[in-house]
Amino acid sequence: MIWALLLVPALSGLVAFFLRSDGLRRTLLVLATAAHSALVITAWLTAPDCSAMGGWLALDAAGILFLGITSALFLAGALYAIGYLSEEGQHHRTDIEEGFLFKNYPEATFTGCLLLFLSTMTLVAVAQHVGLLWVGVEATTLTTAPLIYFHRHHRSLEAAWKYLLICSVGIGLALLGNFFLAAATAKFQAGHPLHLVFPELVEHARDLDPTWLRAGFLMVLVGYGTKMGLAPLHTWLPDAHSEAPSVVSALLSGALLNCAFLAILRMHGVLVAAGLGAFSQDLLVMFGLVSMTLAAFFIVGQLDFKRMLAYSSVEHVGILALGVGLGGVAGVGSMLHAVNHSLTKGALFLAAGNILAAYRTKSTREVRGVVSVLPVTGVLWVAGFLAITGTPPFGVFQSELMILKGAVDAGRLWVAALYLLLLGVVFVGMARIVIRMAYGHPAGLKGLKETGGWSATTGGRREARWSIVPPMLLGAAVLGLGLYVPPVLQDLIEAAAAALGAKG
Amino acid sequence: MQAWLDTLVVLLILTNLRLVGSSRLFACVRTVAVQGLLLGLLPVLVQWNTLTWRPALLAAGSTFLKAGVFPWLLRRAVRDVGLRREVDPVVGYSTSLLITMGLLGVTLYLGQRLPPAGLFESQLMTPVAIFTILVGLFLIVARRTAVMQVLGYLAMENGIYAFGMALAVEEPVLVELGILLDVFMGVFVMGIAIFNISREFDHIDTDRLSVLKD
Repeated sequence: MIWALLLVPALSGLVAFFLRSDGLRRTLLVLATAAHSALVITAWLTAPDCSAMGGWLALDAAGILFLGITSALFLAGALYAIGYLSEEGQHHRTDIEEGFLFKNYPEATFTGCLLLFLSTMTLVAVAQHVGLLWVGVEATTLTTAPLIYFHRHHRSLEAAWKYLLICSVGIGLALLGNFFLAAATAKFQAGHPLHLVFPELVEHARDLDPTWLRAGFLMVLVGYGTKMGLAPLHTWLPDAHSEAPSVVSALLSGALLNCAFLAILRMHGVLVAAGLGAFSQDLLVMFGLVSMTLAAFFIVGQLDFKRMLAYSSVEHVGILALGVGLGGVAGVGSMLHAVNHSLTKGALFLAAGNILAAYRTKSTREVRGVVSVLPVTGVLWVAGFLAITGTPPFGVFQSELMILKGAVDAGRLWVAALYLLLLGVVFVGMARIVIRMAYGHPAGLKGLKETGGWSATTGGRREARWSIVPPMLLGAAVLGLGLYVPPVLQDLIEAAAAALGAKG
Repeated sequence: MQAWLDTLVVLLILTNLRLVGSSRLFACVRTVAVQGLLLGLLPVLVQWNTLTWRPALLAAGSTFLKAGVFPWLLRRAVRDVGLRREVDPVVGYSTSLLITMGLLGVTLYLGQRLPPAGLFESQLMTPVAIFTILVGLFLIVARRTAVMQVLGYLAMENGIYAFGMALAVEEPVLVELGILLDVFMGVFVMGIAIFNISREFDHIDTDRLSVLKD
């Protein structure tokens, strides 16, 4: 089962590099991601509790939860990508901001890297060995760098370079953290050495050396925190998200950040089991609040709508860390929030891609009247904004409420007050941008004229089905989760939170 | 054996100093290659009496990559770019050397106070490993050219590897191979990126990659 999960996308990714026919390659992309989703659902519902390589790879509740998010988002992304890729083509194109000509990276490389990306993220989700987890997280960096550089021009190159260097260095520090963790097990080496596998570490957590363990967590938090986008280590994130194609942004925000979060959580679980939960929780709360504050500052008055979404991701990553740091109900809320945020942000980025294609600008000032130009995308854009800022009845509202309840339960009223204040600031900041973009009169906008997207007589243009169905499905899922969380999912979230020490 | 080990560790310090003090890119690539070779010799010396084929093969593999493949890749990148030296670094070379000496002093001082861990015989090993990591990080922030930053990344990776050795962390073969593969792919992808940067901009000064900001 695990091998199938890993190998289906990996092998199809390798095949995609060499397929000549565009049609075949796109079919392969959808088939492979659909097969991956089917496997995840089977694993989830039948709970075969499978493991491979002597327990180094295993599917536990947390793994299935994060794998499920990744897979769902990838399926939506793959469907969107087919239309997107045929629209993009391989000819020379004019840059929307500076007007020079550029060519896209070959589509075969794009599809291949996309599938390998899915495979490496699966490895992160199922890896139980500290070292394998590291290998997986670093591999995700390497497979996504070419995706960010899909539009071959200087801005995307700058973004890809920053991403590559900052994340590689950060993840290098996480490797140091792994060595610290190994040093914490030094006591065992004389008798029978302890394998650095998470279940075993949790079991013997009390016998680990606390000093090395603390140092190890710190390094892992900083290292994987860079990848997750926790402020002040987030500097690569807005650049990469704004320059990458919108499908890739959706996957980076919705899936990749979560995977890095899972890596931190596994380590957190060890610390909680060792009785050092207070140490790691305080750090998580601190990083969480810093991320939320910084994101709020940059969202207000943001001029680029994809960067606005990127900073919103920094904010939500902060909320995730905060929830786990608070523990109790907030920890469970944080797991639910990971699901909600990914789905919502995926829908928003795909909608942003549609807006970008029609208006040919990322500037928030040159987009007006999305609702009349692109009726479905416009509604999605507004609904997505309401969902992501925690307006009922969407799922995000429920998970953010649980985190607030956790803060109040823990008696940390200052944290709760700051949390509410920052959510409020982000709501107002995003509302100003999104509402102005959605309504108003679209006549006379430079980008629209070029694409011929709108005229006063005929109104809006027809939107392609591929561009609206995937974000609509994601949006519907968020709405559904706000109204009713199925017991299967509820159990899974509870189990994941308990296993990762998020309840602690 | 102890004398040999200490010699190696001192040589490691010297490679770091040369890396920080030299402006010539080819010389720096060579220095990192020497560093890789020294690190490859270390495990062999540490476990001289109990050496088995497994760590020996791994050491040989990592030496081959770090002293052979990476320098080859980077040398090609430098040749393609047609740039021979880093003319105007963020921090000047003499200042860099002074800072590095300061770092060395601090790490040696702190090294005496660290809790003892692992089975390594040389007292210098842990502080020098941390020193190498810091030198790598320093190079990444204090140099402009992309090649020097990749060299900094490699020095940092070397330092982490040395640290693992100092703590006698025994990673399973598979994980070790995975780490090597990742570092290899990392350098490979960075090499491609450098090539693209030089083609796109006619230079590889990363501080001029500054269009994207808020």
